[in-house]
Amino acid sequence: MRELNVTEITKAVAEMYVHANYFLGEDVRACISECAQKEDAQLARDVFACVEENLEIAAEGVFPICQDTGMACVFLDIGQDVHLTGGDLYEAVNEGVRQGCAEGYLRQTIVEDPFRRKNTGDSTPADINVDIVPGEQVKITVAPKGFGSENMSRIKMLTPGDGVSGAEDFIVKTVEEAGGRPCPPVVVGVGVGGNFNKAALMAKKALLRPMGEHNEDPFYREMEERLLERINALDIGPQGFGGNTTALAVHIIAAPTHIAGLPVAVNINCHVSRHEETIL
Amino acid sequence: MRHELKEPFTKDKLKDLRAGDTVLLTGTIYAARDAAHKKLLEMIESGDKLPIEIENQIVYYAGPTPARPGNPIGSVGPTTSYRMDAFTPVLLARGLTGMIGKGPRNEEVKQCAAEAGAVYFAAIGGAGALIAKSIKSSEVVAFAEMGTEAIRRLYVEDLPLIVAYDAEGGDVFARG
Repeated sequence: MRELNVTEITKAVAEMYVHANYFLGEDVRACISECAQKEDAQLARDVFACVEENLEIAAEGVFPICQDTGMACVFLDIGQDVHLTGGDLYEAVNEGVRQGCAEGYLRQTIVEDPFRRKNTGDSTPADINVDIVPGEQVKITVAPKGFGSENMSRIKMLTPGDGVSGAEDFIVKTVEEAGGRPCPPVVVGVGVGGNFNKAALMAKKALLRPMGEHNEDPFYREMEERLLERINALDIGPQGFGGNTTALAVHIIAAPTHIAGLPVAVNINCHVSRHEETIL
Repeated sequence: MRHELKEPFTKDKLKDLRAGDTVLLTGTIYAARDAAHKKLLEMIESGDKLPIEIENQIVYYAGPTPARPGNPIGSVGPTTSYRMDAFTPVLLARGLTGMIGKGPRNEEVKQCAAEAGAVYFAAIGGAGALIAKSIKSSEVVAFAEMGTEAIRRLYVEDLPLIVAYDAEGGDVFARG
């Protein structure tokens, strides 16, 4: 049994929450550059030029990529042979977010109650998701999630008869109705199967997959490719001004479900698709 | 077409802008988002004096990250505008001439803006670091207790914008 002090988790969360807000992953940057080349319209090209220049300025470490430095979504894969010591795991994660928010000059972005809306002052609490896995390592992923795109996300409990075409229509319609609001070009995370809550969580986890990687199952890989083509034919384009790139990628995660159901969740992310991971 | 737009932001200066045009904006604008709009509307309903001028002003839907020492402001891109739709017609009726945000609005806002001769500009969403370079000064002028959601008076130089809805009803988001 390996012992790991939770202060190590605090430190890692703080560093990643800050770093993710200044440095976009190489995979996302490469995808943005590639899509920029495919635009014909002047406005679409101008938007991509601004997006790329913005990433360069942020990487100087003074201004975060986006002012919406996000709800801190934290995913922990905890090896079952790890004994966490030194305090409460959830508080350790929140302390990391608290420290990162202050040290990284990140925005105080969370209110403590959805109706009374008092700001917590330090962007806590985080959205903390724990999975127990084999082994004695702890994998931590930090994904600051903006709400312009979160607000455009949808879930629908389809029925088995709706099938592939029903699911694909719902996914495309969700992106179409979002239009220029979620800062396109977007990344589309899809969760299919499971139940109401699991579908939504899978959709969020789908956003963590590196750009350029597809679902390993050819059935879903083809669905991802079909959906990306349909979505990019919508001509919403960068910022909704029209163009060839409405989405940078579509990522699907599927899971077993009930004989009566076909849950489909669509979690939209903006082009600032931030996520970092580390293994302790 | 590219324009340079300088304050005061009177309607005669806005009438030739067309949806899809690029604008470099220089002058004083006010940053306000959800919480500040709600509060302003409550004050209008109660007949209170507002903390800022509305006539011939431009409001920017934005809530910045904290400023690092030596900078007037942090990252400060636009937030999604439709959340302010319910509040906008009242401000337009009071002489607001411009709004800056991102994404399409509802039909009512589009119509009211055109009738008022006001313009809705889009800033580039997710480009908050780039936009910060155009902000030369920032001062909280109302609702300080709202933190990032307080109303800020910003002086901007050559803030890059796209005309989204023009005073003739043109719409950069429309297709076909």
